Amino acid sequence: MVVTRRSFLHVSALSGGGMLLGTYVGPKLSGQQQRQQAHLEPNTFIRIDPDGTVTLISRNPEIGQGIKNMLPMLIAEELEIDWKSVKVEQADLDEKYGAQTTGGSRAASNNWIPMRQVGAAGKQMLIAAAAKTWGVPESECFASNGRVYHRSTDRSLGYGELAAKAAALPPPDLQSVKLKPVDEFKIIGQSTTGVDIPLIVTGKPLYAIDITMPGMLYAVYQKCPVFGGKVVSANLDEVQKLSGVRHVFVLEGKVKVAPVLEGDPGLEPGVAIVADTWWQANSARQKLKVQWEDGPAAQQSSEEFQRHADELAKQPAQRTIKNDGDVDEAFKSGAKVIEGAYSYPFISHAPLEPRNCTAHFKDGKLEIWSNTQQPARGRALVAKNLGIDEKDITIHLFRAGGSFGRGLTNDYMVEASAISQKTGAPVKLLWTREDDMTHDYYRPGGFHYLKGAIDGSGKLVAWRNHFVSYGEGDRFSSSAQIQPGEFPAGFVPNFRTEASVMPLMLKTGALRAPGANSQAFVMQSFIDELAHAAGKDPIEFRLELLGEPAKKMVTEAAKPKVENEPAHRPDDRNQQAYNTERMRGVLHAVAERSEWGKRKLPKGTAMGVAFHYSFQGYFAHVAEVTVLAGNKLKVNKIWICGDVGSQIINPSGAEAQVQGAVMDGLSELMHQEITLQNGRVMQTNYNQHMLLAMRQAPQVDVHFVHSDNPPTGLGEPALPPVLPAVTNAIFAATGQRVRTLPLVKSGFSWA
Amino acid sequence: MLRLSSRLGETRFRRRANRIFLRKTMPTKLTVNGRQATVDAPGDTPLLWVVRDLLKLTGTKYGCGIGQCGACTVHLNGQPVRSCLTPLSTAANAKITTIEGLSPDGKHPLQIAWQEMDVPQCGYCQAGQIMSAAALLAKHPKPTDAEINDAMSGNLCRCGTYVRVRAAIHKAAGMPPAQAQRAELATVTAAEEEEL
Repeated sequence: MVVTRRSFLHVSALSGGGMLLGTYVGPKLSGQQQRQQAHLEPNTFIRIDPDGTVTLISRNPEIGQGIKNMLPMLIAEELEIDWKSVKVEQADLDEKYGAQTTGGSRAASNNWIPMRQVGAAGKQMLIAAAAKTWGVPESECFASNGRVYHRSTDRSLGYGELAAKAAALPPPDLQSVKLKPVDEFKIIGQSTTGVDIPLIVTGKPLYAIDITMPGMLYAVYQKCPVFGGKVVSANLDEVQKLSGVRHVFVLEGKVKVAPVLEGDPGLEPGVAIVADTWWQANSARQKLKVQWEDGPAAQQSSEEFQRHADELAKQPAQRTIKNDGDVDEAFKSGAKVIEGAYSYPFISHAPLEPRNCTAHFKDGKLEIWSNTQQPARGRALVAKNLGIDEKDITIHLFRAGGSFGRGLTNDYMVEASAISQKTGAPVKLLWTREDDMTHDYYRPGGFHYLKGAIDGSGKLVAWRNHFVSYGEGDRFSSSAQIQPGEFPAGFVPNFRTEASVMPLMLKTGALRAPGANSQAFVMQSFIDELAHAAGKDPIEFRLELLGEPAKKMVTEAAKPKVENEPAHRPDDRNQQAYNTERMRGVLHAVAERSEWGKRKLPKGTAMGVAFHYSFQGYFAHVAEVTVLAGNKLKVNKIWICGDVGSQIINPSGAEAQVQGAVMDGLSELMHQEITLQNGRVMQTNYNQHMLLAMRQAPQVDVHFVHSDNPPTGLGEPALPPVLPAVTNAIFAATGQRVRTLPLVKSGFSWA
Repeated sequence: MLRLSSRLGETRFRRRANRIFLRKTMPTKLTVNGRQATVDAPGDTPLLWVVRDLLKLTGTKYGCGIGQCGACTVHLNGQPVRSCLTPLSTAANAKITTIEGLSPDGKHPLQIAWQEMDVPQCGYCQAGQIMSAAALLAKHPKPTDAEINDAMSGNLCRCGTYVRVRAAIHKAAGMPPAQAQRAELATVTAAEEEEL
């Protein structure tokens, strides 16, 4: 929810004497008008039942980032209720909740004030109701633990008893409600355990994949291994006869194959098999024979991309992204000039819950059960592809079994909807892992041809980056762009980022910390190369680069990083200023915690450092690694210092996000790579696109530096520095500079 | 509206299973979480899909289908197995335990430790993690880090909860011994069998 200045509180009575409290955006109405306009259905975040049960609504999709705790904690703090007594409900998609997207690590910053205001307003109204009941001034009353007390007489009333009366009061102006001082927080800043854990550890149905309903059929959808490939013919009659099969049909699809694909292209052509059970549907699929017309995407291969990139790098860049000073002149006079060609591959999101969606099309109305991160965009895409009105689509939201950006796109929702539209039955579409890995919106690969110069005093004076990426003309493929302000832009007097692009007929998209997850590896590695070339300590060199005195720079990061992500709100701009003081703070802190340069390490063991700013978070990591004979790598420990503002809302959840980011980064670092041959994705399962296993998990030391800034999110910004911290440590241990991901390509493996 | 069946209610499941599988297959009798169930499905059907889609025990998760991720881990006679690779025919005469049957009340030391240590992030892999950990503790009541790593490295967690999984196993190992796994919940009465 974005509660703007035009947001107002709305309160309504529940039958039986409870109350609902929410906000709505629009002209302020009088209490009388509100009661007359009950159909307004304002955002509803708090429900108080007559028995005192308080239910808080979490509006954003939960994908494992802990939002189902964080948002209700903010409300509960100000509402003065016992966290243990709170019930939390996941909201379905509904305009009354405002924007309901999970992405960009923005929930903390967007909700920090508004959700507390909602809670505080509720408390204020309950106090007013009690004061009225007792005929005493409100100032003599206070709220605690779900009750309102009269200070001098020890009288008290529970929220349940007050709800009906409070519901009849005019709601206060949201902007005027008083928030608690930080030192009175009882819930914010205390660890709460995940609200769904009791269900998770006992195996209760919780995820979209667990849904079952009367008459439900199961579907698989066979698409062409090449993006956009069309069905020429298929043995539908034969498959129709197989055990349990109810329907087999071809869907034409709506996608256009082009050098730059749309962010979420829509329905791809394929063959749907619908059966009584999923195993029957998938078994029938083994007998399906399809003749495909692969189309132009079949020409693509990873080898060709690499060859093409090297060729483009030898030519003048197609365009300039940023140009400060005179790079060419500075290279002529630089005391030391070094070059490095970096590359990283396409990788897949591969959340453990494969894509699935249940849809029921009936009498022109469509009901959807999904784990999407962007339900509203899904609804729009479904409406467009099925030719139905958005208002005829209902979407129920479910906890996602991981997502990492995969759920920002809604291809699988469209497929399930189209299949249900054709069959008229409730249909659960479930992709196999192989479907999931070969039909993703991949983190795009990229190539950076870097050149840097150090002057006689060891100062970085020139930086040139020819970035070869995917796109056409001025357009980059989704998530394949570089920001003009990408660090160290603005910190080097002579600086040029240039770009050239190659067409790509493969879906790409945002993966956890999009942009940053690849750029940080390149920039922080090359900065490390320059530090060593300058003969300086890598942390000292970085501190000098950030410079003193501290400065704030508004970066281009304020723009959405990727096409699939909603834009930042304009008022986030101030928070988007790159504040060197905060980055210096986390660098100093991580140097101290890791005892950088102070411990004597055995031969083959060394430390590396990296920092990166993304999604409003400042992070610096130090990794200690041991490289054994045969390039066997062990990551012993990673120290992480982050500055995400003044307050960690849920310390346990915050630490978990950082620990997870480390494991995620190490998976990307060692093994993950998606390659194309003849337009086909070659990796189909976890044995070829591997995740870190427990025996490889390092120790993780997480520390937050508190600064006087509003709290910001943690889903993403701890990830990007993981990779370069480790590869910089590998260099320190072995002298081997890693410029290509993943590490297996350079002969590394886990010890 | 959606119905999420959150209870065993296996009689209903079996009726449904029988309706669906009126095939030329032999009914297979299973013992799942101490209860008898009969399913009509080909013997090569993976146990995963039998428990998920026929018995509606959806706590066991599908992640990879090739025994790589461990999300589908269940116990077969107390041994952890990947149900995605275990054919129904193999499971026929074995005692099967899924996450739903690990304890009668959700109070297995691992379930308590998982809660107290706030282990899950998305939670999708955690049933498999807990089932592997339960088998480990049954064999090694006080496992070392190395024993934990060996037993647990086949259970992948995409969210990266490994640090806490390891800590929670140690914590559970320090609790009073696990209550006997629900060997006998309610046994299906003859009358209920007749009804099927």
